[in-house]
Amino acid sequence: MKKKRKLVQLICAVLYNCHITGFAKGTIYQGSLKSACIPGLNCYSCPGAVFSCPLGSLQSALVSSKYRFPYYMLGVLLLFGILLGRIICGFLCPFGLVQELLYKIPSKKLKKSCWTRRLSYLKYVILAVFVIGIPLINLTPGFCKYICPAGTLEGGIPLLIKNESLRQLAGGLFQWKVLLLTGILLSSVFIFRFFCRFFCPLGAFYGLFHKFALFGVRIDEEKCNNCGACIRHCKMDVKKVGDAECIQCGECIGTCHACALKYVKNKTF
Amino acid sequence: MKQSKNTKKQQDPLFTKRIGKVILAAAIALLILGIARNGQADVRNKAVRICYECIGIG
Repeated sequence: MKKKRKLVQLICAVLYNCHITGFAKGTIYQGSLKSACIPGLNCYSCPGAVFSCPLGSLQSALVSSKYRFPYYMLGVLLLFGILLGRIICGFLCPFGLVQELLYKIPSKKLKKSCWTRRLSYLKYVILAVFVIGIPLINLTPGFCKYICPAGTLEGGIPLLIKNESLRQLAGGLFQWKVLLLTGILLSSVFIFRFFCRFFCPLGAFYGLFHKFALFGVRIDEEKCNNCGACIRHCKMDVKKVGDAECIQCGECIGTCHACALKYVKNKTF
Repeated sequence: MKQSKNTKKQQDPLFTKRIGKVILAAAIALLILGIARNGQADVRNKAVRICYECIGIG
């Protein structure tokens, strides 16, 4: 399961960023595929990106929502959420893959605790303030501008390396974003999915659908003997398999001796 | 007998089922309305230009 998931994550990351010539030229893809959003966090200003980022597009739509209600982006995000929920985090997010690869670097690891559980609520604040509040009030994409590490890693750094004119424009904000990115990447070596667990507003949004999503890992209550092995094995801040913090990676399935866990289609539909 | 966290809270399955269907219907309706109003063109127009905010210089 672990290897299959990594393979899916890798295929998605390559598929989302297959405009290879963009990296060489320092330009971005401008074709019609950019009308479509991918479900995971992947900056549309990445030279390789051929699809749009759902968070960037949502903020952009909210900025101009005074004139045009963002039907399309709300529909896309609701559909992703209700169909897949946080399976997207576990399988389809390139930035999640980056963090998981960094976590493989041998070092002392910080285990989950009541503190990490409390900190995991921060991503809901970021969703409310930076993704919804600031774009609506300040008319600027708050999350992209002040926080998004994917934008700095995939868009900012490759584009600035290739473009002298962009390098000259880089100032304090770029330095802040590079500092934040460095902090997040370094923390990801010691803390499993550091950004996803505490900061990612997209994960927070998809987490809201944990009870309704069409597919996911579910517990067979009749088989479950309440041993808690699944919760102990999980590196996310889950209280229960399939809750809002569960990224549906399915790594707990193999640890269940009662075979009570499996991927199922939700009975909601 | 002590109950585990896995079984402590049981949601009304009928309620969950209804909410799920309402969300799915709303998502499809919003998507159709968005496409009819050319919302995908707005997404593309934003995404084909370098987003200065995203890359940290805007």
